[in-house]
Amino acid sequence: MAKVTYITHDNQNHSIEVQNGLTVMEGAVQNDIPGIDADCGGGMACATCHVYVNEEWFDKLPAKEDGEEDMLDMAFEPKKNSRLSCQIIVSDDLDGLTVNIPSKQG
Amino acid sequence: MIKTDALIIGAGPTGLFTAHQLKLIGLNCEIVDNLDKIGGQCIELYPDKPIYDIPAVPECTGGELTNNLINQIKPFNIKFHLSERVDEVKKEGDDWIVKTNNGTTFQTPNVIIAGGVGSFEPRKFPIKECEKFENKSVLYSIKDKSIFVGKTVTIFGGGDSALDWAVELSKNSKVNLIHRRDDFRGAQSTVDKVHELSKDGKINLFTKYQISAIKGDNHLESVEIKNDDKETKTLKTDYALGFFGLIMQLGPIANWGLNIDKKTIQVDTEKFETNQKGIYAVGDICSYPGKLKLILSGFHEGALAARACFKLARPNEKYRFEFTTSSKTIKGRLGIKGD
Repeated sequence: MAKVTYITHDNQNHSIEVQNGLTVMEGAVQNDIPGIDADCGGGMACATCHVYVNEEWFDKLPAKEDGEEDMLDMAFEPKKNSRLSCQIIVSDDLDGLTVNIPSKQG
Repeated sequence: MIKTDALIIGAGPTGLFTAHQLKLIGLNCEIVDNLDKIGGQCIELYPDKPIYDIPAVPECTGGELTNNLINQIKPFNIKFHLSERVDEVKKEGDDWIVKTNNGTTFQTPNVIIAGGVGSFEPRKFPIKECEKFENKSVLYSIKDKSIFVGKTVTIFGGGDSALDWAVELSKNSKVNLIHRRDDFRGAQSTVDKVHELSKDGKINLFTKYQISAIKGDNHLESVEIKNDDKETKTLKTDYALGFFGLIMQLGPIANWGLNIDKKTIQVDTEKFETNQKGIYAVGDICSYPGKLKLILSGFHEGALAARACFKLARPNEKYRFEFTTSSKTIKGRLGIKGD
């Protein structure tokens, strides 16, 4: 279990306890956090679950797998700290993770 | 006006198998899809990625699955209307009148929405001002490459579309190519070609840059690009082309009076009918308690929706369940001769 804080574009904080094994994307979708579309349902095929990971957390996350960076090319306003939230799997180590949701997904 | 027993919106795996089921029970149907090819998400998002959970098919790619489904409906000669988006669905008497953006009109008692997550549309630049120039000097696809001859063209993107066009247009235009990182995801041979052309001064390559502003009054004058260190450059240009792939948009479906929740349409699990009589939703776009977004679920949903269509298309006939293994009628429809 990890507490994940989702900050939406209008600066609303949503702190959610997300079960281990779920992705950060699933934590958002299951709790109706606005701004994560996740059109493809977690297949790393659409770039509509794009988030910005808080600097201090970005380096602690497991590295991107092949294909994630390719998908991020298509994301709306990608930055250095961009990730696809469907590729971040929640574990106890991620307790306190904070992600910012972009203004749009495309 | 095209009259048909059922109109299917969406040519993904669910739409294709639903067509198979309709034809098998003796109904005719036509299929509309906004993409220029058959296959939906399977062909657009993962044509080469393997799928492992199609019953009785241990492994196949999105492309292979699509081809198999096309082969399965080949005996039926189904008419496809590709590169057309359904814009309007209106009730007229007992029928639905369906209009596409190309002006094709259908009259049908049954509309089956197998639309995935909506229609695929190009992803656009994140800059609002780009809308003003859209389809004039800001483009997301190329229909006529002759308009670029002798002009300056600024291309954004790192995939095959961006790279192929950069190479092609560099023959007769001044080309700037901008991408957000050093790595490209296009074919290696094209990437090599781009670097070669860049060395020869035929393509001005800017990596680790993204668009930050666009300038011009009546016509586009320049684009401003910015890198991660916030350094900006202004590039004079006649055209800005964005190739960021496609995104799914629910689009006009939202205006048809259906019960929509989180981009999905609520249906019953007997007929997969929506709150509108004669409009069904199957595949990823439908929702009901326990819904699984799997291709195999779409097949089941389409089979049941097709049976429901029979009642409205043939109100004076009784539907009789038959197996393909034993029914002479079905074998006849499949064009199989003898026993």
